[in-house]
Amino acid sequence: MNERIFKKLSILADAAKYDVSCASSGSRRKNSTGGLGNASKMGICHSYTEDGRCVSLLKVLMTNYCIYDCAYCVSRKSNDVQRIGFTVREIVDLTIHFYRRNYIEGLFLSSGIFKSADDTNERLIRVAELLRTEQNFHGYIHLKIIPGCSPELIQKAGTYADRLSINLELPTEKSLKKIAPEKNHKSVYQPMNFLKERLVQSKEERKKYRKSPLFAPGGQSTQFVVGASPENDKEILSLASSLYRDQQLRRVYYSGYIPIETDSRIPMIQQPPLVREHRLYQADWLLRFYGFSVDEIVPDQYPDLDTQIDPKLAYALRYFHLFPVDVNTADYEMILKVPGIGLKSAQMIIKTRKFGKLSFAHLKKMGIAMNRAKYFLHLPSTFIRPQYTPKDIKSHILLGNRKPQQQLTLFGNP
Amino acid sequence: MMRSTIDYSYDGSYVGLMTVIFEIYKGKQSPRSITSEGRLTNDLFTQYQFVPTEERQATRVLKALRKKMTTVGMANLFKAYLSEQQGVELQIYQMVRYVFSQKMNVESDFRKPYILLVKQLARKVDREVHRMHAFVRFQKTKDNLFAATIDPDFNVIPLIGTHFEKRYADQKWIIYDVTRQLGLYYDMTDLKTIHLEQAYLTSEKRINRECLSEGEADWEHLWKTYFDATNIKERKNTRLHLQHLPKRYWKFLPEKTF
Ligand code: SF4
Repeated sequence: MNERIFKKLSILADAAKYDVSCASSGSRRKNSTGGLGNASKMGICHSYTEDGRCVSLLKVLMTNYCIYDCAYCVSRKSNDVQRIGFTVREIVDLTIHFYRRNYIEGLFLSSGIFKSADDTNERLIRVAELLRTEQNFHGYIHLKIIPGCSPELIQKAGTYADRLSINLELPTEKSLKKIAPEKNHKSVYQPMNFLKERLVQSKEERKKYRKSPLFAPGGQSTQFVVGASPENDKEILSLASSLYRDQQLRRVYYSGYIPIETDSRIPMIQQPPLVREHRLYQADWLLRFYGFSVDEIVPDQYPDLDTQIDPKLAYALRYFHLFPVDVNTADYEMILKVPGIGLKSAQMIIKTRKFGKLSFAHLKKMGIAMNRAKYFLHLPSTFIRPQYTPKDIKSHILLGNRKPQQQLTLFGNP
Repeated sequence: MMRSTIDYSYDGSYVGLMTVIFEIYKGKQSPRSITSEGRLTNDLFTQYQFVPTEERQATRVLKALRKKMTTVGMANLFKAYLSEQQGVELQIYQMVRYVFSQKMNVESDFRKPYILLVKQLARKVDREVHRMHAFVRFQKTKDNLFAATIDPDFNVIPLIGTHFEKRYADQKWIIYDVTRQLGLYYDMTDLKTIHLEQAYLTSEKRINRECLSEGEADWEHLWKTYFDATNIKERKNTRLHLQHLPKRYWKFLPEKTF
């Protein structure tokens, strides 16, 4: 085997790793031709990095050569790093060989920008095209679309890929201008909106004719860098929520800024804002699956998430008057809002209570985190609920649960 | 109604277990325990009554159950059995008895400890299945076969075949459970259950190096190179890493052993 391939893989995987999305879920592609691969709805993490991130896809850059100069990026033009690039064939081979050994779910291909946005997009699409047509490959393909992409190329990309993503990078135009001077939000929103229309259209078509061709069945996603610009969590979550609603994105990713080499355009930080990033993901989860609104999670008086406790607990303490909840009679929506009760447990509760009343012991056995839930539940025949204040509860939970405090020492000041 | 209590034993198969349940109903003798033959303890005071497996009787039990439960509920019973947990047979029997005794479908009355247990075991087995979908690592052999050895916590071989068959339709593959000595072989047409000769395995229960195709080590090395490059050292979080990737799986992962 050629020695250079090791070097390329090492450099171009390293440069791609800051794009945090690695999901292989949300698509459905069958191996209808008896070829290689399929995409499963749930997605599969084939390994985990030492920081506990999912490794699902072969995530690489086509090249780290770039004509842009985004301050948060290792590959920016003004950074002194070795430049290297894969050939189309090399990526196709790596994908197939890794896939056959069950190392990966598929490919996530991105690139630095050489010549122009569309020159770059075209090359990325070529890889996907070869995989689908020449290799008869039905595994997962995620293509990054470079902002400013033409509609024709988006159309083509969607024909081959499962998911497409165009990164907003920073939550506001103002920050973007400062940190990524060649980029602007318009060049992101245009392809994003075009893509949305096409996705809606293709869904309609498939409803009518089940055989009509797939178009990016995994939808589209985007990413922001968090902690490189001054926006608060409320601004970030409001934007995310509007992207879910208006652009119908499948996922928004938050990438805690990792100080690479100091670039004077970004404030000096010692540690990546990992706790903040984690809280944003929890809040995002509440938006998508638990029926919370942005205002419930981050009201105007508290535009930033509490780093000490998770956003669901923070909500319950703020809206303390809505509790205690009686699991034997409350709506599913309200049961979901109880700290310590997750989606699966809430469903179990609804199913079981048809047969009779649930007690503290039942809930505990079902695996519900009663050490948190107990403050918010009204249960028959259990202990008398003492008159706790939200403040007491917060300190009780923090004392009984060392983990969030340990995590806090991970970072200095956000 | 039930007269005396009996310690039953059976051949360890699911059909066998269902036959025992049939016997219990027929003979009206309630079980004190139900134990797979392979697990009988040599204690002098227990007299086991062995029930020979009868396909027809087992089918009758399963058919009757199907009328009372959903497919998911049925699958959960089977998965709980595959967990091989000590004493699970009796819990399965109790659930079956409760299901038969009620008019409506009671499979999600999780207030009943045995129903909750069956559900929780099924969940654990599902998780192991998902982990096998993720952590199986094929190695290409000289005769173009993609082979992997596994050592799962539960007997998941009966559950993982379809996933791999659909995904790897155009390659021959083997997945072999080294502890239960039970494997799957897919020859691009059919899926078969197989037993592998010890000679193909190393002392670490991996496929023998001599059987592997030339260049296989390079691919593993390349994968390891990728795995290392994708790590972000500023984010290191060993607790999370181990939670997702428990050490017992490492010996089969080239990225952790190479
Ligand atoms: S466009 Fe910006 S973010 Fe993308 S590779 Fe170039 S410098 Fe990095």
